[in-house]
Amino acid sequence: MSGTMIALYVFVLACFVGYWVIWGVTPSLHTPLISLTNAISGIIVVGAILVGGFVELGAGVELLGFVAVLLASINIFGGFLVTQRMLAMFKKKK
Amino acid sequence: MRLGTEALALAYLVSATLFILGLKGLTHPTSARRGNYYAVAGMVLAVAATLLHPAVKAYGFIVAGISIGAVIGVVVALRIKMTAMPQLVAALHSFVGLTAVLVAIGIYLIRAEQGALNTVLMAELFIGSFIGAITFTASLVAFGKLQALITGRPLVFKGQHWLNLAIGLAMLGFGVDFVLNNNFASFLALTLIALVLGVLLILPIGGADMPVVVSMLNSYSGWAAAATGFTLGNHLLIITGALVGFSGAILSYIMSKAMNRSIVSIILGGFGGGGEAGADTAQAAAAGKGIKSAAVEDAVFLMSNASKVVIVPGYGMAVAQAHHALKELMEILEHKGVEVKFAVHPVAGRMPGHMNVLLAEADVPYDHVFEMDEINPEFSTTDVALVVGANDVTNPAAKTQKSSPIYGMPILEVGKARHILFIKRSMKPGYSGVENLLFYQDNCSLVFGDAKQVCEKMAAELKNA
Repeated sequence: MSGTMIALYVFVLACFVGYWVIWGVTPSLHTPLISLTNAISGIIVVGAILVGGFVELGAGVELLGFVAVLLASINIFGGFLVTQRMLAMFKKKK
Repeated sequence: MRLGTEALALAYLVSATLFILGLKGLTHPTSARRGNYYAVAGMVLAVAATLLHPAVKAYGFIVAGISIGAVIGVVVALRIKMTAMPQLVAALHSFVGLTAVLVAIGIYLIRAEQGALNTVLMAELFIGSFIGAITFTASLVAFGKLQALITGRPLVFKGQHWLNLAIGLAMLGFGVDFVLNNNFASFLALTLIALVLGVLLILPIGGADMPVVVSMLNSYSGWAAAATGFTLGNHLLIITGALVGFSGAILSYIMSKAMNRSIVSIILGGFGGGGEAGADTAQAAAAGKGIKSAAVEDAVFLMSNASKVVIVPGYGMAVAQAHHALKELMEILEHKGVEVKFAVHPVAGRMPGHMNVLLAEADVPYDHVFEMDEINPEFSTTDVALVVGANDVTNPAAKTQKSSPIYGMPILEVGKARHILFIKRSMKPGYSGVENLLFYQDNCSLVFGDAKQVCEKMAAELKNA
């Protein structure tokens, strides 16, 4: 089985996990759900780091990686923090 | 220290698990914060492991990028108003899209240098770049609409869908040329076309459909990350992308179902207009149509004699920033022994769950806030239903008028309450442009004015009552 095929297996199975997990999320937390998924889609930073850390092609590609890392980092920090801010507000009656 | 392939894969597996547990935490408000910490831990682990990847040879740009991004992200997250969450989310989605495009270009250049290009990889790069590009510009337009930088009205013109189809086919053509002939110019061309397509796709979608647009772009940003995962052969990106992609897709489905419209018809667009503007003659117009209006004093009298009040907030509450005044109203009523509940329609606000966050911000306990299916059976035993800035989601026409554009949409059955108080700035209809039949019911009175001022006045009057 090729690497791409294995990747496809992982993808399809992950879709099912996503399906089951997300249906369990309570509707009152749908906004934090969007901001949290926003933060974790910042995982694309992994790709950005691999581009930014590639030195053989000179500064051009590193610069490309720099912008990509920067954008993904805004997502990660902004996303997690704003999720935290929102979740901290959800309180029961004292 | 450098991590080997196995160690990296193991770290990524733990990260993916933490992300799944993080999302699972959102099943209940009590476990949600812990869920967020799990996800943060997953991210820290993934980034740390990647920094130790043998292919990463220089750190200057990376550290600079993370540091600057951290500062911007933290400042924005701390300053953003809760009413502006939809805009923030749209902006963040656009960043994921642009990152996906940049990474695709970078990977292409790197693999070309290494002589490691092949048809499968190029096809993956094609998909990654076009999903990323569409996500980028579509999110920017959504941001512009939500921030009111561009009109919220749908922009429709003749032959629009044919134009989009033609552009889409042109993009596909360049994509095929890139994959088969390794033509980098075609790659850039297809990316540019996808950028244009992103703009054209969102322009025709009206303001009322924004909850679906926000969810849909959430989904796109996930698929963009997953496609990048394929180009890198990175399973963590694939898993995370699939989770996010499905999350957005499910939310889009829930939202479109709550509006009784198909996703396709929403994407094709053309529904709904801009916001409602104030009108001085509202009261006169109402009287002419046989619609009753009530003064704040009358409303207060009804509420102070009630045993159960259900408050129905909508986007107008957010615009007027009336949520803090509503919380005060709730406390005073409860102090007087009145039972107070909040009823939230799935598409109230500009994004899924928007009302819940605003009410939480105003310190309304979450066990006072109810979803449509939970609260609907209770309206028949409700003395006063107070509608603040909601409209279409309470319109009985959705149940009774087959010719109405909103027919079939599930609504909050406010009409069954003994008295309905409807705070409204003017007689203009809601987003759908449909008049609310509720106004003609004998038990409904309109209270004219700005939602915040009216609620504050109600609270003040109630205190003295």
